[in-house]
Amino acid sequence: MNTWTNIKRISRTGFIGFLRNGFISLATVLIMATMLFVMGTLMTMNAALSSTLTQLQNKVDINVYFVQDAPEKDILALKDSISQLPEVASVEYISSDKALEQFKERHKNDQITLQSLEELDKNPLGASLAVRAKQTSQYEGIAKFLDKEDVVGGSKNAIIKNINYYQNKSAIDKLTQIISASRSFGLLSTIFLAVISILIVFTTIRLAIYTTKDEIGVMQLVGASDWYVQGPFIIEGALYGFAGGIVSLIALYPFALWLGAPSQALLGSFNVYTYYVSHIGLLFFVLVGAGSFLGAIASLAAVRRYLRYKVAKQV
Amino acid sequence: MIRFEKVTKFYNGGPAAVDNITLSIESGELVSIVGQSGAGKSTLLKMIFAEEQPSEGKVFFEDRDIATMNKKELNVMRRKIGAVFQDFRLLPKKTVYENIAFAMEAAGQSEENIVSDVPYVLDLVDLSEKMDNFPHELSGGEQQRIAIARAIVNQPDIVVADEPTGNLDPISAYEVVQILKKINDLGTTVILSTHNKEIIESLEERVITMDQGKITRDDKSGKYVL
Repeated sequence: MNTWTNIKRISRTGFIGFLRNGFISLATVLIMATMLFVMGTLMTMNAALSSTLTQLQNKVDINVYFVQDAPEKDILALKDSISQLPEVASVEYISSDKALEQFKERHKNDQITLQSLEELDKNPLGASLAVRAKQTSQYEGIAKFLDKEDVVGGSKNAIIKNINYYQNKSAIDKLTQIISASRSFGLLSTIFLAVISILIVFTTIRLAIYTTKDEIGVMQLVGASDWYVQGPFIIEGALYGFAGGIVSLIALYPFALWLGAPSQALLGSFNVYTYYVSHIGLLFFVLVGAGSFLGAIASLAAVRRYLRYKVAKQV
Repeated sequence: MIRFEKVTKFYNGGPAAVDNITLSIESGELVSIVGQSGAGKSTLLKMIFAEEQPSEGKVFFEDRDIATMNKKELNVMRRKIGAVFQDFRLLPKKTVYENIAFAMEAAGQSEENIVSDVPYVLDLVDLSEKMDNFPHELSGGEQQRIAIARAIVNQPDIVVADEPTGNLDPISAYEVVQILKKINDLGTTVILSTHNKEIIESLEERVITMDQGKITRDDKSGKYVL
C-alpha cells in the first residue's frame, strides 16, 4: 500500500470532514479561538509585566561617593574590580566635573542654587560610581564587598565618603520582594489559565468527535486500520486549531490598537500595539502552532477513546 | 471456509446466547440462519468478523483461529468479509459514492480501481443515479442496497448479512435478497440471518434453524420451520 496515497486520502477526508461538520466546526473553531485569545493576552501581559519590572529594576542603583581629593587612578581601579563581580551589570564613572555639569543641568531653572554655586571658587561635588546589579537582590552583596577594608589596595577606604545603599536598603528590599512576587504571580496565572484552556480544548474536541463515534465503529468493521480511522480526525483537529489561531490573531488586532496609547501612558516603556506588530511572527507561531498541535493531540486522544470500543454498538 | 467448534457465548453472566455450536460453512454456499429474536443468530454472525469473541470454543476463518489473529490480520480478514446489517451502518457524512470508496480506500485500492469499481457496484444494485446523495436522502431499501454495494466492492470471499431485510418493506426485502442471490451465483459465499419466511422458502438453499442458542435443524434445501 502506498503511504503517499494514504496521506493524500487522509488529508482530503479530514478537510472534507471539517467543511461538512458545518456548525460543529464553527463552534469548535470559535471556542479554540477564545482560548487562544486568552493565551495571546497572557503572552502580551507577561511581556508588559516583564518590561515594566526591568524598567523598574534599571531605576535602582547604588552610588559610591568619593572624597573630593580622591585620585582618579584609585577610583578607576575600584571601578575595574567592581566590574569583575559576577552580580554587577554595569558600573558608570561620574567624575566630579561631570557631576557638576549634571547638577547644573538639573537646576537650570533654579537661579538661587546656581548663584550660590557660583560663589564657591571650586567644584564642591566629588566623583562617584553608579553600580547597577543584575538583580535587585544582589545589591546587598555588592555593598558588603565595598565595605571590605582592602578593597582599594593600599589607600584603603579612605577615598570612599559614602555608599548610599544603606539609606535605600528598605526601599530596595521592598522592590525586590514586589518584583519576585509579580514574577511568580505572572507565571502561576499563566500556568493556571493555560491548563484551563487546554482542558476546554480537549473537552470541546471530544464533544465534536463524540457525534461520530458510531462511524468510527463502522470504519473499523469495513476493515480500516486504526491509523486510517484516526488520521482524518487528527487533520480535522489540527484544522480547528489552525483556524482558531488565525481568528484569535485577527481578534487581538483591534484590542492592541485600542490599548496601544493607554498602555504606553500607564507603563511608560511598553506599548501593546508596538508589541503586537513587532512580535506578530512569534504570536502567529505560538497561537497557530499551539492551536494546531493541541487540536491534533486532543483529536487523537478522543478518537483513541472511541477506538477502544472494538465493537460498534448494535442500535 | 468458516468453522465453529463447540462455540459458546455468554453476555455478562447471563444465559448462553450461543450454546455449544459446531458448524461448518463451505465456500460458495448460501446459508440462511433462521430463528426467533434472541435465538443467537446475530451473536453467531458477529463472531465471524470478530465483533464479538466466543466465551468458549473456537471460530475458524479459512482454517485460522480468529482469536489468534493480531490487529493487522483482523483488518485483512475483515476486508475479505462484506458485512451487511439491519441498520445499514452507512457513514452519514459521506455521499453514497464516498461510502463505497471508503471501503476500497481502507483496503488500499488504487484510485483507478475506485473510479471504475464504485460505479460498477452501484449499477449492480441499481442506484447509479444516487451516487452523490447522502444516506439520509435515501429510502431504507436504497440504503440497504448501498450497504450491500459497499460489502461486495472489495470482492470479498464471503458476505455476512445480519437481518438485512429487517427494516424493509416486502418489495425492498425481495430486491435485497435477489441481489444477495446474484452475488452468491457469482461465486461468493453468503450467510444470511432472517426471520422472513417467504424469503427462505423462495431461496431453496441450506437453512439452519436456531433456538435458544442451539441449532435445532440444518436442512440442505430447507424450509422455515419453527
